[in-house]
Amino acid sequence: MTSFDLNFAADYFALFGLPRVQSLDLDGLADSYRSVQSQVHPDKHAHAGAADRRLAMQWATRINEAYQTLKSPGKRARYLLQLLGHDPQIENNTAMPAEFLMSQMELREAVMDARAAADEDALDAVRVRLLSLIREEYVRLADLIDVAKDYAAAADLARQLMFQEKLLNEIDDALEAVTA
Amino acid sequence: MSVVLNDARGRSLLPSIVSYGADGGVEVGYGAEAKQSIDPKNTIVSVKRFMGRGRKDIAHIESLPYDFLDTEGMVKLKTIAGIKSPVEISAEILKTLRNRAEASLGGELTGAVITVPAYFDDAQRQATKDAARLAGLNVLRLLNEPTAAAIAYGLDNSAEGVYAVFDLGGGTFDISILRLSKGVFEVLATGGDSALGGDDFDHRIFCWIIEQAKLAPLSLRDARLLQVRAREAKEQLSQHGEVPITVKLGSGEYVDLVLSTEVFLEISRTLVQKTLAPCKKALRDAGLAASEVRGVVMVGGSTRMPQIQHAVAELFKQEPLNNLDPEKVVALGAATQANLLAGNRAPGDDWLLLDVIPLSLGLETMGGLVEKVVPRNSTIPIARAQEFTTFKDGQTAMAIQVVQGERELVSDCRSLARFELRGIPPMVAGAARIRVTFQVDADGLLSVTAREQTSGREARIEVKPSYGLSDDEVAGMLKDSFSHAGDDAYRRALREAKVEAQRLIEATRSALRDDADLLSTLERAHIDAAINTLEAATAAEDDRRAVDSAMQALSAATAEFAARRMNQSVQRALTGRKIDQISL
Repeated sequence: MTSFDLNFAADYFALFGLPRVQSLDLDGLADSYRSVQSQVHPDKHAHAGAADRRLAMQWATRINEAYQTLKSPGKRARYLLQLLGHDPQIENNTAMPAEFLMSQMELREAVMDARAAADEDALDAVRVRLLSLIREEYVRLADLIDVAKDYAAAADLARQLMFQEKLLNEIDDALEAVTA
Repeated sequence: MSVVLNDARGRSLLPSIVSYGADGGVEVGYGAEAKQSIDPKNTIVSVKRFMGRGRKDIAHIESLPYDFLDTEGMVKLKTIAGIKSPVEISAEILKTLRNRAEASLGGELTGAVITVPAYFDDAQRQATKDAARLAGLNVLRLLNEPTAAAIAYGLDNSAEGVYAVFDLGGGTFDISILRLSKGVFEVLATGGDSALGGDDFDHRIFCWIIEQAKLAPLSLRDARLLQVRAREAKEQLSQHGEVPITVKLGSGEYVDLVLSTEVFLEISRTLVQKTLAPCKKALRDAGLAASEVRGVVMVGGSTRMPQIQHAVAELFKQEPLNNLDPEKVVALGAATQANLLAGNRAPGDDWLLLDVIPLSLGLETMGGLVEKVVPRNSTIPIARAQEFTTFKDGQTAMAIQVVQGERELVSDCRSLARFELRGIPPMVAGAARIRVTFQVDADGLLSVTAREQTSGREARIEVKPSYGLSDDEVAGMLKDSFSHAGDDAYRRALREAKVEAQRLIEATRSALRDDADLLSTLERAHIDAAINTLEAATAAEDDRRAVDSAMQALSAATAEFAARRMNQSVQRALTGRKIDQISL
């Protein structure tokens, strides 16, 4: 009947019937997410028995987790690299290039200063700068994974991106604290 | 088509007021409203504000006329009819509504959708669900109020795009940003203040009256009288430039003042500002600019105030949408959703609602800091796991504190539960791996499990809700309410079990009609036998244990079948989508 055997344990790409690539069709992902969630969501099983309702909750939980992972380029890359046997989080080589560490420290200091001075504009400026850096890295990451297939280099880059994404969250927290 | 059911006298609303009498009688709604200035101590207004709340959480508690007990966790009120938890008081309101519905519709209700402010935390949601259980309602879903309004508005207007719902009620404020697309209502972000509403505007006027008239400390009755007058003045100011406030106090003293719109704007300015900050935060969380919002739907009676209308128009740079009755739109949306959840949908009449958790969930770590486990605005249902370790050699137990909120310090967040994980095998410090899993269901309710990974042993956990009621307390209240109603708890539980059994049999038969081909002959025979056993148990007079165990047996017999059906429906959804794409 169907060409692939889909089940609860299938990987996130398979759950949405999508190829294992970093440059994912995001509209296709959103459409798939909605179609699948329309089948499994607890609201669709609210009148069923308790066991069915529990199953629906587990499925919907998994589908949400899968969607959140694939939607974000950083999380998607880390997940994909893990599937490919190059988990960026357990790679032995945790060293970062000195140049990268320097630029991170500089950005971090700028954020701390702006937060201390409650300077919303300065925070916004760092945010914009960091965001454009991150976007460029995402493009490079997709290239390394999908085209060059250099997974070791991709894992290094993905690990750096985790630092940058964390800093972005800290800027958002600072903005919230400053504007509250 | 959903309708709001009226009471016997044609009134659609039910004031959230419960009055306890010396004879043990309870009045709810308009009957109780009349009692609020005669017997303020035993007449509880807006109990929603106390649900899942501790003493220190309640604003202006000093000017409330109630006798609060100094208890740990959720507040309790001492009334003439005894000590009442907000859950019991709320259950009186739900019972009245249930009776109204059963009288209008004829017969027992299949279930109910109960709306809650989107910004309600876990303790407030749990308290609401407990109240429903106490009122004998089968809760199909707890639905966020702005989401309910979005359903009513969206379906009525075939709306597509990003909408904001601005919901300012009597005691709570919510803002939700949703994307409406092809029958999917996706909440992108929600924010608010669960202690901000029309009542606070009343309170500002109340304080202004006291200050202007230089009144000495008031008796409970006078205070309530002034609160009622303050509220009336606020409502009249939506239509008029100024209103006279004249009150004769118990002492014979007269209050004679005129409140102008200008003064009201001035004294309520900070309250209006307090609604705007959560709007900006929600937009930021949704990653959207105000200009990307296609419409702002206004909900809740308090949005009638002109200053609210102006502030919203200014922030979103557009006139807000007021074409729905702000006091009924939530109920209509909830009724529409209840119909869908009960399985009554007509072909083609289908939609999906994806809601979020309003506040982050976390755990206490070293130094009283919060480690966030589930971030706010995550789509529910959601599960997240976090690993912890022991910090002493041979440590066999660990205390886990679950909190909700956005602050960095545990003391600034709400404590939801504390529990002890016991039975960790003794190891050197740092060797144990304890995985704590948070599961938030579609009602936005949290359950927590913990497991020690290296031993593979699941240690038992005891969850003690800090601001909720324990199962024992709820059971005790249920027993009390039965003995009052002259009902027999056992009979009632049996009846409920039989209804549930019937539902399970019907759902299983319907699944068999659709997908019998997924089963082998042997599996099919096994399920048929389990159905027959359950039917026999249900038909028998009064053996609840037999019904329960036959229900469990049928669930077990169909577990694999249910899993296969779910796999198949996911595959079909994907295949269907691919065919759509090809045909384009």
